[in-house]
Amino acid sequence: MGDVLKRVPVREQDAHVRAANFEEVCYGYNREEAMEEASRCLNCKNAKCIQGCPVSINIPGFISKVREGDIEGAYKVIGEASALPAICGRVCPQESQCECKCIRGIKGEPVSIGKLERYVADYALEHDIKPERAKQKNGRRVAVIGSGPSGLTCAGDLAKLGYDVTVFEALHELGGVLVYGIPEFRLPKQKVVKKEIEKVRELGVNFETNVVIGKSTTIDQLIEEEKYEAVFIGSGAGLPMFMGIPGETANGVFSANEYLTRSNLMKAFDSSYDTPIAAGKKVAVVGGGNVAMDAARTALRLGAEVHIIYRRSEAELPARVEEVHHAKEEGVIFDLLTNPKEILEDENGWVKGMRVIRMELGEPDASGRRRPVEIPGSEYEIELDTVIMSLGTSPNPLIASTTKGLETNRRKCIVAEESNGQTSKACVFAGGDAVTGAATVILAMGAGKAGAKGIHEFLSGR
Amino acid sequence: MYQIRKAEKIADKIYLMDIEAPRVARHCEPGQFVIVRMDEKGERIPLTICDYNREEGIVTIVFQTVGASTYKMAGLKAGDSFRDFTGPLGRPSEFVSEDPESLSRKKFLFVAGGVGAAPVYPQVKWMKEHGISADVIVGSKTKDLLILEQEMREAAGSYYPCTDDGTYGHSGMVTSMIEELIEKGNQYDVCIAIGPVIMMKFVCLLTKKLGIPTIVSMNPIMVDGTGMCGACRLRVGDEIKFACVDGPEFDGHLVDFDNAMKRQQMYRTEEGRALLKLQEGDTHHGGCGNCGGEK
Repeated sequence: MGDVLKRVPVREQDAHVRAANFEEVCYGYNREEAMEEASRCLNCKNAKCIQGCPVSINIPGFISKVREGDIEGAYKVIGEASALPAICGRVCPQESQCECKCIRGIKGEPVSIGKLERYVADYALEHDIKPERAKQKNGRRVAVIGSGPSGLTCAGDLAKLGYDVTVFEALHELGGVLVYGIPEFRLPKQKVVKKEIEKVRELGVNFETNVVIGKSTTIDQLIEEEKYEAVFIGSGAGLPMFMGIPGETANGVFSANEYLTRSNLMKAFDSSYDTPIAAGKKVAVVGGGNVAMDAARTALRLGAEVHIIYRRSEAELPARVEEVHHAKEEGVIFDLLTNPKEILEDENGWVKGMRVIRMELGEPDASGRRRPVEIPGSEYEIELDTVIMSLGTSPNPLIASTTKGLETNRRKCIVAEESNGQTSKACVFAGGDAVTGAATVILAMGAGKAGAKGIHEFLSGR
Repeated sequence: MYQIRKAEKIADKIYLMDIEAPRVARHCEPGQFVIVRMDEKGERIPLTICDYNREEGIVTIVFQTVGASTYKMAGLKAGDSFRDFTGPLGRPSEFVSEDPESLSRKKFLFVAGGVGAAPVYPQVKWMKEHGISADVIVGSKTKDLLILEQEMREAAGSYYPCTDDGTYGHSGMVTSMIEELIEKGNQYDVCIAIGPVIMMKFVCLLTKKLGIPTIVSMNPIMVDGTGMCGACRLRVGDEIKFACVDGPEFDGHLVDFDNAMKRQQMYRTEEGRALLKLQEGDTHHGGCGNCGGEK
C-alpha cells in the first residue's frame, strides 16, 4: 500500500512517442490500481464531490463498489446518473468539479474520481454490460436535435422513462463534438465514443443522421407533421470566429473547427481516407482554450513545429491544466503575452508568416482576468506556413431563425431555464452550447439531464 | 443509404443522377445545394441540385469529375447508393421569397457557364412555374459540352446557347452574348450568373458597367456545410461571409473573386495526386507524394 495522501499514478504513453501518433495518451487504471485508488475514498456521509458533479453521480457509492471489486455494480450506480461515463471519465474537468471538493484534497491529493469512472466505464464496454431499459414504453414521441453530449444524455434519460425518442444529427456521424472536435488521442472514437453511443441505442433511442434541422425540416414541422410532443435542442456551439485582421482569408489559415473536423471527423490524419489536410510544417495556433490545445497537439502529431500564440499569461490559459501539461510535454511551444496583428501572404496567396505584438497585463476586465495591453513598438514577424484560429464560436442561427416564437438573447444564444431547459416556446426545451455558448461536455450533459426532466414533467403534467 | 434511381453521362466528364432523398426533395428550393459522401472513407462533397420531385422524393444532381472523389463517384450506377446525402443546404435564391407581383414586373437574365447550367435550371424552371419568362444564356467550350439544352429550352423565355469555339449557337464567351442582347435593346432588372469563378468575375465586371444588379453562386471548398468549419469563407464587400450559411448566392458586384479563386486552389496538388493514384490503380508506383514510390 502506498502513501494514502497520494493518488495511485496513472500510466501514460511516453511523451516523445505519443507526439508522433494518434493513440490514446492515458492508459487508465487496471483492476488492482483502481481498487487501491478506490480504497482512498473516505466514503463521506455528506459527500461534497456529488455536489461538484453536474449530473450528480453517486460518487462514493460507485467507488465503494470498485473497492469491493464489484465493477458491474459500480457501473450500475454510475448508470443511474450518466449515460456516457467512458467519455466523461476522459474529458470532464474533474479538477474543478468533483475532485476539487474531495476531503482527501485538503491534506493530500484528491481521489482520482475521473480515472476510476473511466476504469468502470471501460470495463462495462469491454464486457458488454447492457444498461437497463425501460420496463414499458409509453409511446410518446420526443425529438432531440443533435447527438452531442447534451442530446445523447437527454435522449438516454427519456428512453429510460419509456419515451419514444428520435435523435436528429446534421452530420453523417453520431456524437457531435465528441467526434468532430475532441481528438482521437484524448477520446478514442471506435473504442469509446461509438460503443458508448451504442449503449444509448440499446436503451431504445432511434437515430437519424444527415438531417439539418432548419433546412431538411424544421422544429415546427416535427411537431405539426411528424407528431413529436416535445423537442429538445442540443445543437451545439456554431460558427467559428476569426480576428478580423488582414490576411485571414489566405490559404493555410483555418479555424480550429475546420482543422479538427478534417482530422477527427473526416480522419484526414489516416491516409486511407479521402479528405485532405494541409498539415503544415510550422504552425501557429491562436488562442488558449482546450480547443486550441487539441488543435496544437493534432498539428504536432501531423509533423509540425507548433506554437500557441496567446495574448495573456500562462495563469490565464482557459484550457485544463492537464491539457496544457500534456501539450508542453509533447513539445508544443507557448508564445505567451503575444497577439497577432496581421497574417502575411506570399504572392500565391499562401501564409508565409505573421506579424505579432508583445503584450503585458493591465487592470482586470469584466471577466475578472487582467486585461492584456499592447507594448508599443514591440512588433515582430514570425515565419509560418499555417495559422489555426481558435477563438471560440458564435451561435448558429439556423434553428432560432426557423422556429416560430423561439427567443434568443443578446448573444444570439437560445434562452432556456437552467433547471428544466424550458424555452420561450411551450413544448420546446434546450441545453448545452446552443444555450450557454461554448462550454464543457459535462455541463452540456447536465443541461441534457435537466431538459429530460423538464420534458418528463411537461408531458406527464398533460 | 440513399439509392441512385438513375445515372447517366450527359457530356464528357459530366454526370446526372437521380437520388432517393425524401427529406431533401420535400424541402429544397432553387439556389440550394447538397453534400454527399460515397462511402465510409469518402470526402463530404458539396453538389448542385439540378432538379427535384417532391412527390417521388427524388433529387437530381449533376457533377463534373474534377478530382479523385468525383472520378470515383462517376463509376456509380443505378441501384448503387450514396452512404450520406445531406441537405438542402444554403439559403434559397432571394426571388423565391419575393412578392410575386413585384417579381412579375422584373426581367431576369440567367447566365450559365459549363456545368453551372445545372444549378441555373431549377431557377429557370421555378420562374416558368410562376409565370415569369426569363432569358437564359448558356455557354460551354464546345457543342458536345452543352448540357440540359432540351430542358432549358422548355423552361426559358428565350434561350441563347453559345460556344467558345463557335461549334454551336453564338460564337464566343457568354459576356459577348450579354453585350449583343443589350445592344439589341433588351433590358434586364436582375442578372443571375452561375459558372466557373472566372466567368462570374467577367460577367460581373460587365454587368457593373451596364448597371444590372447581379447575383452569383459561389462554390468554395467546404467540409461540414452547416456553418461549423468556416472553410468556405469569402470576402464580400467589407465582410467575411460563409458560403454555406450566408450563401451560396451573393451580390456579384461585392464578391472578391480573385481571393475566391486562390482559395479554391488550396488542395489542388493533393487532389491531383490522389486522382493519379486512383487512375493508376495497381500500376501506381509513385508521383502521388504519399506512397513513397518515387524514392
